[in-house]
Amino acid sequence: MSTIVLLTLTGLALAAMYFLLAAGLSLIFGLMDVLNFAHGAFFTWGAYVAWWTVGRAADVLGPTGAFLLALVAATLAVAALAAAVEIGLLRPLYRRPIYQVLVTLGIGLALSQLTSVIWRPDARPFPQPDWLVATSTVFGARVPNNRFLLIAAALAVLGGLLLFLRRTRYGLIVRAGAENREMVQALGIDVDRAFTLVFALGGALAGLGGVFGAAYFGSINPNFGSVNLIFAFIVVVIGGLGSVTGSALAAVVIGLAQQFGNYYTSWAGDFVVVLLLAVVLLVRPRGLLGTLQ
Amino acid sequence: MSGGGRLRPLLPVAILVGLLAAPLVSAPVPVLLDGPLNGPGNLQLLAVGFAFGIAALAYNLLFGYTGVLSFGHALFFGAGVYLPTIALGEWGWGLVPAVAFALVAGTLLAAVIGALALRTQGVYFAMVTLAFAQAGAVLVGKNVGGLTGGEEGLSLPFRRLPRWMVGVVNTDNLYWLTLAVLILVYLLSLRLVTSPAGRVWQGIRENERRVEMLGLRPYAFKLLAFVVSGALATVGGVVYLFLTGGATPRAVGADLTVALLLMVIIGGAGSLWGPVAGAVLYHYLNVRLTVWAGSDAVAGLPAVLREPLRDPLFVFGLIFVGLVLFFPQGLAGAFAGRRLGPLRRALGGSTPTLAGKGGVE
Repeated sequence: MSTIVLLTLTGLALAAMYFLLAAGLSLIFGLMDVLNFAHGAFFTWGAYVAWWTVGRAADVLGPTGAFLLALVAATLAVAALAAAVEIGLLRPLYRRPIYQVLVTLGIGLALSQLTSVIWRPDARPFPQPDWLVATSTVFGARVPNNRFLLIAAALAVLGGLLLFLRRTRYGLIVRAGAENREMVQALGIDVDRAFTLVFALGGALAGLGGVFGAAYFGSINPNFGSVNLIFAFIVVVIGGLGSVTGSALAAVVIGLAQQFGNYYTSWAGDFVVVLLLAVVLLVRPRGLLGTLQ
Repeated sequence: MSGGGRLRPLLPVAILVGLLAAPLVSAPVPVLLDGPLNGPGNLQLLAVGFAFGIAALAYNLLFGYTGVLSFGHALFFGAGVYLPTIALGEWGWGLVPAVAFALVAGTLLAAVIGALALRTQGVYFAMVTLAFAQAGAVLVGKNVGGLTGGEEGLSLPFRRLPRWMVGVVNTDNLYWLTLAVLILVYLLSLRLVTSPAGRVWQGIRENERRVEMLGLRPYAFKLLAFVVSGALATVGGVVYLFLTGGATPRAVGADLTVALLLMVIIGGAGSLWGPVAGAVLYHYLNVRLTVWAGSDAVAGLPAVLREPLRDPLFVFGLIFVGLVLFFPQGLAGAFAGRRLGPLRRALGGSTPTLAGKGGVE
């Protein structure tokens, strides 16, 4: 029983991390038709910015204050980075989606390698406040608190995103742009600005995800993001490209499947995930809740 | 590729003769290479580049000619690297059956994965192939079944190989073998892209709907391209195995697929010699950048410049972005002189789009 509870909660925390990556990917794809391969690098940068911030701020603000500051710093820094990438490198390639994908691939490679250049390739332990590493007992299972924080953060992001998409003017533009970009443009709305906004938003979520990912794994390294990116891609495709709720649902399925699978053998989880992807694509190619194809 | 000077047709012949004769030339190539041209290290450097060239040619049939972006090609290359090693070492097979087994298995693998993955399109297709390759990488890396040696990899059982293939003294034999396979694959690719099926591939790249309207099934042609491409990537893997003498998980990783994509983009998608040149250049830079980074000229630079230069992947990432933005047709396009216009325009900042004919859209 306690094992099942532990696996479920860690699985959900993993799902939360995948969701933070996948939500941004899904939004970006939905609106811009770009599969952002730089998203893994954004995630890595979020983790490194947080690590750097905690290292500088821990003495002044204490561990908890430094961690909170790191969350804000990573989110803002990566959002700015993403906006710069979008304006500087993707904008010249609008209407050429494959080349945009290739550019994000190149940027992703260079950016994640840059962390290795600056901070060396070795893994670094990620310092976090004691109360996050401490465990709480739930039905006999001792679960680290950062798992709960991660799940709560993902739920908050899910709620926030749905509100943004359904209740704000920009959300309306984003949804309409995903449906029919030319029409939105024809109505005199600056879609380019919506692109930058969505890309920065996706970057912010990836940066945030990077901090929580660092807390979840307890250490960071330059390949940190690219490993998780593959699973986030799978989540996005299973959930249905462009659907935030679909991503959330798929993230839960993938996170749980992976945790439970890997409990039995070291590779079963990863394998089951790929199998799930293959089945979903064959039976329902547009994904669980996807409308685009 | 049209136009060119009077000497143009002679250039490929000259290059080919030069490459064939390389193991006989003991003259040094200052700056570019260490020691004499036919030193084992230099021949190895070139030959590994050729092996990647075979895989890049294979990848290009799918990406450059059919317009299908696969993120799973490392799986087929990896099959070419791992399967002969396992057949030779674990099962005690002879060289010829082991290689034949790898080629058949790689082809079948491509047929199965292609048949499944091609039910989807575009980005979905890229994802599915990436996922399959990832599954393969997991199986290899975690040593499922105890066959692959896990993270350590396997080394080729040299005792089971003919003597002319083994050892540093025989590097020139392996060099010629690799070059011969490369030439064969090149000629086969040339034959394929000018065949009726090859025409349909290019038709699919330009406008799939139109091909469908003509009464042809794009699925069948894309599957053919995928299978041929997967099989030839396996060939590249086999040759690579003999050159490097062992199998490591890097040969099945997603990084290798990205490297293949880089080689094709550097060389020029949709040209035949481009990807080969791209592959040789990629491997050369990958090896030499680390050497140059240790040289006096670079050591004199400030740390801000010096440290990034030590990291080939970082440099490749930047090169890649630059190429996609300014030379989407790669070396082949730049050579043909068609791509300087966009660069000028981009530097002048007048038109933001780099739309041009050919290539993948």
